[in-house]
Order: sequence, then C-alpha cells, then structure tokens
Amino acid sequence: MTTGTENRADERTVTCADAVQEALAEAMERDDSVIVLGEDVADLQGGGIRGCTQGLSTRFGDGRVRSTPISEQAIIGAAVGAAIAGMRPVAEIMLMNFITVAMDQIVNHAAKTRYMSGGQASVPLTIRTMTGAGAGTGGQHSDMLEAWLAHVPGLKIAVPSTAADYKALLTACIFDDNPCIFIENTLQLKSKGSLIANEKPLPLGKARIVRSGSDVTLISYGRPMIDAEKVAASLGDQGLSVELIDLRTIVPFDEETILNSVAKTGRAVVLHEAVKRFGVGAEIASRIHEELFADLKKPVLRLGMPYTPVPFSSALEKPILWNADKIEAAIRSLM
Amino acid sequence: MERLNGPDGATLLNIYGKVSLIKQCDERLIRLIRSGRLAAPYYSPRGQEVIPAAISVLLNDDDYVVTIYRGLHDHLAKGVPLKGLLAEYFGRAAGHCKGKGGPMHITHPASGVVMTTGIVGSGIPIANGLGWASQLRGDGRIAVTNFGDGASNIGAFHEGLNLAAVWKLPVIFVCQNNQWAEHTSLAGGTSVTDIANRGAAYDMPSILVDGNDARAMWGAAREAVERARNGGGPTLIEAKTFRFNGHNLGDPAHYIPEEELAAWQLRDPHPALRALLIAEGHATEAEIAAIEESIAAEIEDAVAYAMEQPYPDESEGRLDIYDEEIAI
Repeated sequence: MTTGTENRADERTVTCADAVQEALAEAMERDDSVIVLGEDVADLQGGGIRGCTQGLSTRFGDGRVRSTPISEQAIIGAAVGAAIAGMRPVAEIMLMNFITVAMDQIVNHAAKTRYMSGGQASVPLTIRTMTGAGAGTGGQHSDMLEAWLAHVPGLKIAVPSTAADYKALLTACIFDDNPCIFIENTLQLKSKGSLIANEKPLPLGKARIVRSGSDVTLISYGRPMIDAEKVAASLGDQGLSVELIDLRTIVPFDEETILNSVAKTGRAVVLHEAVKRFGVGAEIASRIHEELFADLKKPVLRLGMPYTPVPFSSALEKPILWNADKIEAAIRSLM
Repeated sequence: MERLNGPDGATLLNIYGKVSLIKQCDERLIRLIRSGRLAAPYYSPRGQEVIPAAISVLLNDDDYVVTIYRGLHDHLAKGVPLKGLLAEYFGRAAGHCKGKGGPMHITHPASGVVMTTGIVGSGIPIANGLGWASQLRGDGRIAVTNFGDGASNIGAFHEGLNLAAVWKLPVIFVCQNNQWAEHTSLAGGTSVTDIANRGAAYDMPSILVDGNDARAMWGAAREAVERARNGGGPTLIEAKTFRFNGHNLGDPAHYIPEEELAAWQLRDPHPALRALLIAEGHATEAEIAAIEESIAAEIEDAVAYAMEQPYPDESEGRLDIYDEEIAI
C-alpha cells in the first residue's frame, strides 16, 4: 500500500476501486470480447456499489456492460454461456456470500466444462466479488470463502493486496483462458496505493517476495498483508529477519517461491483472514511439511479466524480477526 | 406455401429420419446395457423424439443447443456424429469428450451442442449467455435450451426466463413436459398443469404444443425460431409428451399408472409420424423401410467402431483441467 514516499514521474496514487475500474476499461478497450455484467454495474445504476465499473457502460455501451436483476444463478449462468461462445465475461457477484446462490454454475459448470468436454469448450470468465470482515457487516456479508473454491479443480483464484495488484491480477484473470475468481476486499477498495504506468503484465500463480529475510517466512494474502508488512518491518528493526511473501494467487499457488523461502529460513507462519480449520493455510503448511520436513526447525504455524461465523458486534468481531500483536507473537513463538 | 401449410413432405421425412435414428439408437443402447456390454448411466428419451427432431430441421449447424442428461434425442437431432457419441458412452479415447464427459455431458461444438448438464435446470441460464454473445456479435445464431417439466420448479428456470425476457435474448426455452419429474408426477410437484402458463409471469411469448405431433411441433418451433432470429426475443415452448421408460434405465417406473402409460402409448410419436408419411404419400412403406435399414446399419457400424476403440490413457485424466497443464 502507500509507502509515504514520493511518487515517481510515471506513478499515480489511486484507490483499489479505481485500479479495478482501470483494469476493466483497459481490457474492454483492448478486446471487444470483454463484457461486464452484474447487479448495478451500469452507470444508470451507479456504476457498481463501490464504483468499480463506473463509466464503463457510458464508454462501451449498455450491450457490453449490463446491469442484471438480483439473480446470481442467472448472472453466472449467462457468463458461462457467453464464455463458451468465446466472450470474456467479467461477472460481478456483489458480495462473496452471494456466490453460495450461484455455486452450481461455478462448481458444476464454469469449473468443469473444459474437462467434461474433453477440451472442446472453455470458460474464460472472471468473477469479481467483494468481501471481508472488520466492518461490522455480520455473518452473511463478510466471509472469505476462497478455500471452498480452491477445492474445485478447474478454477483459479486471485486475492490482491495492493492497488497495483488489484489492477494487474484482475487483468491477468480477464485474459486467462480459465474461469477465475477475483476476490476484492470491501474495506480495502477505498484505500489508496500507487500504480505505475505501463507496468508489465503479471502472471497468475506468481507470489511476490515483499521483503527478503533469513529467520522466518511469513506467508499471507489479501488485507492481512498490511499488518504482516508492518510486523515484518518492526521485527526487522529489532534484528529478527522476516521473509514476507504475498501469495497473490491461491490457485495455482506459487509452491516454488514458498518452498525456496522456507528451505532457507526453516520456519514459517501462514496467515489468512478466513477460518483456520480446513483453510488455505492448512494446504500450504501441509505442502511445506511434505517437502521440507527435515529442514524445518519448528512445525509450520497457521493464523486464521477461529471456527465461527463472523459476529456483528465489534466487541466480538475484533477479537477473532488477526492483528499485529498476534502475528508478532506467532513469529516469536517459532524462534 | 410452406408458411401457411406447415412442413412439406421432404421436411417431414427429414424429421422422421431423426426420429427413427433416435428410437433405434435408444433401443440399441438399452440392449447393450441390459446385456452387460455397456456400463453407463442411461436416461431414455423414448417418446420425446419428435420434439428435437422437429426443432432441429429449422436450426443452422452453428445454432446452439443446450440439453440435459436425458439428451440422446437432442444430440442426435442436432447432428452430433454417432461414432464419437457412442465412443463417449463407452468411455473411449475417441469419444467426443475423450471419455471425460460420458453420456450425461456430451459436448460437440461443431454441431452446436455446447453443453449437456447433469444438473436439473442449469442449462437455462447458460443459454442466456450464448444468446447474449449472439446478440452482441449480431451473427444471427440462436440458442435452444431443453429441459423437463421438473426443471420448471427450480430457481434457475425463473431467474433465467426473467433475464432472457428483460434482455430480449435470442433463446428458445423448450420444456419437454414428459409428465414425470424423476418419480414424481406433474400434479405431485408442479403448481400448474400447463408450464407454458409460467411464461406469462415473465411476459414471454409462450406456446403450448403437442410434442408428439411432428407437424404441430414444427409449427411451434418455426414461430419461436423466427422470433429469435428477427430480434423478437425469447419464447417458452411447452411440448406435451411422455416418458415411456423409467427415470433411468433400471427404474421399473412402478409409480406410473398403467392406464396413463397405455393412453400415451396410443399416442406414440414414432408410429404416428411413420403412418402419416405413408398416408399423405410423402414416402412409401418400402422407402421408409429402406431409410430405417440404413439407419440400423449406421448404428451397428457406430457400435462396432465404439467398442473397438481403445480406452484413454491414464494420463488423459490430468489434461483439460486448465488451459495449460498444471502439475499438482
């Protein structure tokens, strides 16, 4: 996110929502087959509840940018059909909990059509969806459900943590020939970061080493990256060298970068917002144990939400989320 | 003249060729499964064959068809090549889907069959996307999506029809009302007697037609195809028909009252069309018999071909999960 340093000449400061809008506009400009649908995405309906699609219907027409009824199955179904017909639809499911209503289309159709057709049909669609706890939106507007989707072969899943990645990863999803889920964070969409002009395209499946270190590897993605970065910097000042990895893509995840790092440090913490049990962290920890058991100085530690729905009251919500103290304590417990 | 009088003799004969292919293929598959030579889930479309046969003579090769697990009739009517289709039933490498889809997921885009789903109702919203793509490209292609009466009770039907009506999509929703949703009768699970009435809820033109009557079915399809082709938007067709077999092969269908089955068997679409062709002088008994024999030979040839094909290599199972191969 914003570093506080001065921008380069080719650098601009934008919100993550702006970055999404830019990615969509540039993709639509570059390729006529990129089309957008979702609830309230056209300008007449406000260009998306976070403004992520603002201006697109005016610029590209209401044929290619369509507000839909509140019908998640119809939205994803239409995206699947259009993708099979050779378009690159970008469907917005306003909030991630609403994908539960469209899971049949995502799991049985988007994910499996290429395979079940023996490669005759492909589904190059992107589903943008927003979620995240910490804003008091309660049990049905906050869940991070990436582990559900990661369990379905055929889908790709990206979770950005910086404005630059909001743009780059979304662009990569749109032009990927597989169905991709792009998970935006409700709170983060309003926050700012820098974009560099003509940044080169980012492939899916490549993690980013945010900070090199030698004592312990901290792996995370999405909004918890902000605290992870603070902790890594502060521990660095205290002489504890943390290698911080932003996963960026959950499926496929960058095993090579993770394993190289942990082979070097011998210690790892995996941090995510989603419920810890049966989560992405379990898969990553397991892969590290399978490949690097002999090199590990301590078992891999996971940090995630306890096994509970997201509560409404901040008195209940705050304690179940990650924070800098918890991250630091986890890292120190491995030393 | 055709516009006023309905399908001409050549068209009816064309429809019959498809009907005979479907009926004979269905009977052959049932024999193969019952004799233990084919192990596959099978949902017989017997009794419903006129519906796609009459629609498909009005479609172009590149028009889209979406169908369901009970889809053999829809696949054959649209022209999915028989050899690759049967090879897929047998799970062989030469199957259209390389043995990875099977009977419930037949796909053959070159024939326009882009989706066969095993999930009731799910093809309905997908057809909307196909129609949207056609609408954006202005390429005139239309999408036909087939489903049963049971599917008209699932959410996807209602979401799908509403969106198609709002967007005026070139999609034809074909409800093949075979009176039975798995083991439940129409009256036992559906609030309306005529599913065509549900179109009114979406202000969608709807046609109720006897799906066992080739001439009537062709007329209904022509109206819907013209509307879709000319930018007039979607149509719901309810084609009344009957499922002569159980839900799937192996289901003895004891729940279907004998008198109901007997009454519908009197309206079997296959002999009816055959008799009509002869009565109206479109073909002689001998000409029809020759067509049927040639189809029978084609089916035997395809069965032999399918059974001779090798199974896919185990490595095939790891391909087509993604566009690129991802080692996991």
